[in-house]
Amino acid sequence: MSNTSTSTHNATGAASGSRYFVREHHPENGTMLGFWLYLMSDCLVFACLFAAYAVLGRNYAGGPTGAEIFDLPLVGLNTSLLLLSSITYGFAMLESQKDRLRNTMIWLAVTGLLGACFIYFELYEFVHLIMEGSGPQRSGFLTSFFALVGTHGLHVSFGIIWLVTLLFQLKRHGLTPENRRRLMCLSMFWHFLDVVWIGVFTFVYLMGVLS
Amino acid sequence: MSAHHDHAAHGHHDHHDHHGHDHADHGSLKSYATGFILAVLLTVIPFWLVMAKVFDKSSTTGFVLLAFAAVQIVVHMVYFLHMNSKSEGGWTMLALLFTTMVVVIMMSGSLWVMYHLNHNMMPGMDHETVPESIRAVPVEKDMKKMPGMS
Repeated sequence: MSNTSTSTHNATGAASGSRYFVREHHPENGTMLGFWLYLMSDCLVFACLFAAYAVLGRNYAGGPTGAEIFDLPLVGLNTSLLLLSSITYGFAMLESQKDRLRNTMIWLAVTGLLGACFIYFELYEFVHLIMEGSGPQRSGFLTSFFALVGTHGLHVSFGIIWLVTLLFQLKRHGLTPENRRRLMCLSMFWHFLDVVWIGVFTFVYLMGVLS
Repeated sequence: MSAHHDHAAHGHHDHHDHHGHDHADHGSLKSYATGFILAVLLTVIPFWLVMAKVFDKSSTTGFVLLAFAAVQIVVHMVYFLHMNSKSEGGWTMLALLFTTMVVVIMMSGSLWVMYHLNHNMMPGMDHETVPESIRAVPVEKDMKKMPGMS
C-alpha cells in the first residue's frame, strides 16, 4: 500500500520536474534576450527624442534653419565611418567564431578607431555650431537637435569605452565563453546604434536640408 | 526521489548542450558582405537624391527618403543583428514588434496632437474658423494688452 503511494509520488514528481525543465528550455540563452529587451527600451528613449524633434524641428525662433547649418558632406563622412565600423565589427565576430584571438582584437581596435573618428567629427560639428551662436539654447529646433544627436553620440562614446574594456578582457582571458557573450552583446549594441543613426541622418539631416 | 534528481540533472545537461549549438547561426562573411553592400547603396542614394536635388518637390524626396530608411533598417536588422522569427524562441521578434507598435503610436500620436495644438493656439489665426464657445471676448482683450502678442 505504502509502496504504491511512494511510486505514484515519484512518478508525479518526475513528471512535474520534466515539465518544469521543458518550459525552462524555451528561451535558449537568457543573456541575449535580456540584452535585446534593453535595446528595445533604449529604442523607446530614442523614439521619445525623435518625437520631440518631429514636434519642435520647425520652431526656429528666428534662428538658423537646418538648411543653413547642416554640412551634408560631413554628415556623409560620419555615416560612412559608422557603417564601416559596423562591418569591421562583423569581421571581428567572424574571427572570434574561428577562434582567432589576435585578428578579433585587431578588427575590434579598427572598429573602435572608426567610432572615435565619428565622435571626433560630431564634436567638431557641435563646437562649430555653438561657436556660431547656434547652441542648444538658441531655438526649439536646436534644443531637440542637440538632445537627439547628442544622446546618440553619448551611446557611441559608451560603446567605445565598453569596446576598450573588452579588448583588455580579451587580452587577459582570451576567447572564453564569458568574453564571447560580451562580444555578442556589444555587437548587438553597436549595430543597434547604426540603426538609430539611419533614422538620424534621414530624418534630421537630409529632411532638415530639404525644407 | 532519486528519480526526480536524475531527471533534473538530465534536464540541465540538455540545456547546456543547446548553448553549444547556439553559436552556429551568428552570420557568415557572405551575409555581412551582402548587408554591407545593400546598406551602402541604401545610404548613398538618399544622399545623392538630396545633394543633387533630383526631385523638384521636396515632399516627394521626403517620402522616398523615409522609404529608403525603412528598407535600410530592415537590412541592418536581418544581416547585422541577425533578426529572425526563430531566435530565442520568437521572443526577440515579439519584443521588436511590440516596440515598433509603441514607437508608431508615440510618433504619430505626438505629431497629431501637437499639430492640432499649434493649429488651434496660433496667435492671429482666422477667427471665423474658431467655434463660438472658444471665442471668449474678455480673454481676447487681455491678450491684446500683453506685449508681443499680435
